[in-house]
Amino acid sequence: MKTIRNMAAFMFELREGLIIALKAVAANKMRSALTTVGIVIGVTAVVLMSTAIKGIDNAFEGGISSLGADVLYIAKWEWFSDKPWWEMRRRDDITMDEYRRFASLVTLPAATAPYIIARETVKYEDNNIGSALVTGTTERYLATTNFEFAQGRFFTAVESSSSRYVAVLGSTVAENLFPRGDALGKEVKIGGHRFRVVGVLEEQGSFLLGDFNPDQRLFIPIGVSFKHFSSRRHSSITITVKAASPELVDETREEALGAMRKVRGLKYDDENDFGINQQDALMETYNSTVGVIQIGGYFITGLSLFVGAIGIMNIMFVSVRERTREIGVRKAIGAKRRTILAQFLLESSVICVMGGLIGLGLAVILSLFVDQVLPTSVQLDAAILAIVISAATGVAAGVAPAYAAAKLDPVDALRYE
Amino acid sequence: MNIIDIRNIFKIYEIGDVKVHALNDVSLRIDKNEYVAIMGPSGSGKSTLMNLLGCLDTPTSGVYNFTGENVGEMDDNDLAEIRNREIGFIFQTFNLLARSDALHNVELPLIYAGVSASERKERARKALIDVGLEDRVYHKPNELSGGQRQRVAVARALVTRPSIILADEPTGNLDSKTGREIMALFNEIHGQGNTVIVVTHEEDIARHAMRVVRLLDGKIEIDEPVTNRIVPEPVA
Ligand SMILES: Nc1ncnc2c1ncn2[C@@H]1O[C@H](COP(=O)(O)OP(=O)(O)OP(=O)(O)O)[C@@H](O)[C@H]1O
Ligand SMILES: [Mg+2]
Repeated sequence: MKTIRNMAAFMFELREGLIIALKAVAANKMRSALTTVGIVIGVTAVVLMSTAIKGIDNAFEGGISSLGADVLYIAKWEWFSDKPWWEMRRRDDITMDEYRRFASLVTLPAATAPYIIARETVKYEDNNIGSALVTGTTERYLATTNFEFAQGRFFTAVESSSSRYVAVLGSTVAENLFPRGDALGKEVKIGGHRFRVVGVLEEQGSFLLGDFNPDQRLFIPIGVSFKHFSSRRHSSITITVKAASPELVDETREEALGAMRKVRGLKYDDENDFGINQQDALMETYNSTVGVIQIGGYFITGLSLFVGAIGIMNIMFVSVRERTREIGVRKAIGAKRRTILAQFLLESSVICVMGGLIGLGLAVILSLFVDQVLPTSVQLDAAILAIVISAATGVAAGVAPAYAAAKLDPVDALRYE
Repeated sequence: MNIIDIRNIFKIYEIGDVKVHALNDVSLRIDKNEYVAIMGPSGSGKSTLMNLLGCLDTPTSGVYNFTGENVGEMDDNDLAEIRNREIGFIFQTFNLLARSDALHNVELPLIYAGVSASERKERARKALIDVGLEDRVYHKPNELSGGQRQRVAVARALVTRPSIILADEPTGNLDSKTGREIMALFNEIHGQGNTVIVVTHEEDIARHAMRVVRLLDGKIEIDEPVTNRIVPEPVA
């Protein structure tokens, strides 16, 4: 019973306090608006940052899944390594022969495929791409990816083994060469050689993945790559190994490691002379990128909220000073300390939440621009966070002035000129 | 029973080396339903005494028993509650909220008493009608004359139906006709069994009371019953 009554009394005080606070803010519209600038900037920053990170996340996860986080890349090089590059350069190239022996040794992978990359100019009539990533591979490559096709198909086993001049285009490549979208069946020139387009990929991806992004790549039979596009620098193949499920990645990796060591004839104490790479290495760079954005965002947010809070504290002190007599009157006719305290805390919170709402609105508008680069939108949790942060800032900034108001002596306050 | 019982009250202000004895060993007992006028020259300590009686201020030394309870032992919250429920205070300088209209000013004590909004509005409006301000409900203090402001202050003091009215120069800013109306109102409140304490420097006003306490330099000089009391016509 008592708690219910206390609860009701609390709600009553909250509502009355809120009305008084809103009136006070309305009485000083201009001043309140100017005071919120810091909060507005802070909230805009935090919401935009989380929106941008969300966008990066979306883009990256889309990219990762199109490549498969469950895919291993056995290559001459380790992608991320502290080994000196000249040591890795002395390693033997991985050959097709080695791939075949490797493929016959492993049992766990869902699929394996060899590929080799070259950079070539690609042309169709007047359209050309100066340096496109040409991936020479076999038909089995498809099974290591999640590719979907906008048009056509991947090349077949026959086309691959007999090294036909056929090409599958990534979506960006296709767009650049065939703005009208009529790529299928056309002949493109890759490094001066004619290839027939048999398929165009659906858009996969992500700007973050750079060279990994299938949108920017073309796929041709590996035999043709060896014939025309392999140089001394680019003559080592990479073996892609897709695990049967994400849970099996580690086991698959162990098996692949053993198989590859066997292929290379390494003794038990020899070091690996190849690298087994995984997207999670990429994930680390991604995380550190996001980390930098986050630190930057938190810094801006923290700083502007801090400046905003100081500004509000200052205004609240001025407000308490100006309204000393009012406080005296309220106390004289029965306002308790905590009522006065709540009144001023609510007032500074109201100012801050208004700033937060303005900042949120601003962030929503600005996120439309972010959306141009990174498909994203302001998330509900970010919006809630913004309001909670601004209310908390309001309370934090209001504590000292509100306390000063609450502990005023009524007689002194009434006497104040 | 004494509703108010103060004993050997001192209120001393120290400003630099100078000590001002605003109240100098004052003892006073007031019964329920008494009507007391406090008189004295300017600076004699009348407002200081009223602030103490109204639980707004605390003495430097001395004991104050309010309805049998020692005020000196009460905390801030208890005092706020007494001010809100038991006492209707009319200040020498009105002390209305400048930015709020008459209605809201009168409502204010009811807010702190936890009265619901609708009941509050109705009681505040009624209190304003009682002091003859039915057509000034939505006026702000700066849109009211001095006498009207005084009446808003009276309405605010009466709206909680307190058992004690403390009025510090309630007619100081009024013409004699409005002054008489206010005094008639006090007479009515007194007639309902409430205790009324009025500070004034006008003998005519003091003669409405039943007892006069005269202060001089912070001391009670004379405390005597009123013999030729004025009983005003009841307000229509
Ligand atoms: N806060 C204070 N600080 C210092 N001195 C004060 C303070 N309050 C009152 N005094 C002094 O106490 C004395 C009594 O003041 P008080 O206001 O009680 O007089 P009063 O009888 O109400 O006078 P008036 O008729 O002019 O209103 C005065 O001399 C005044 O200077
Ligand atoms: Mg006075």
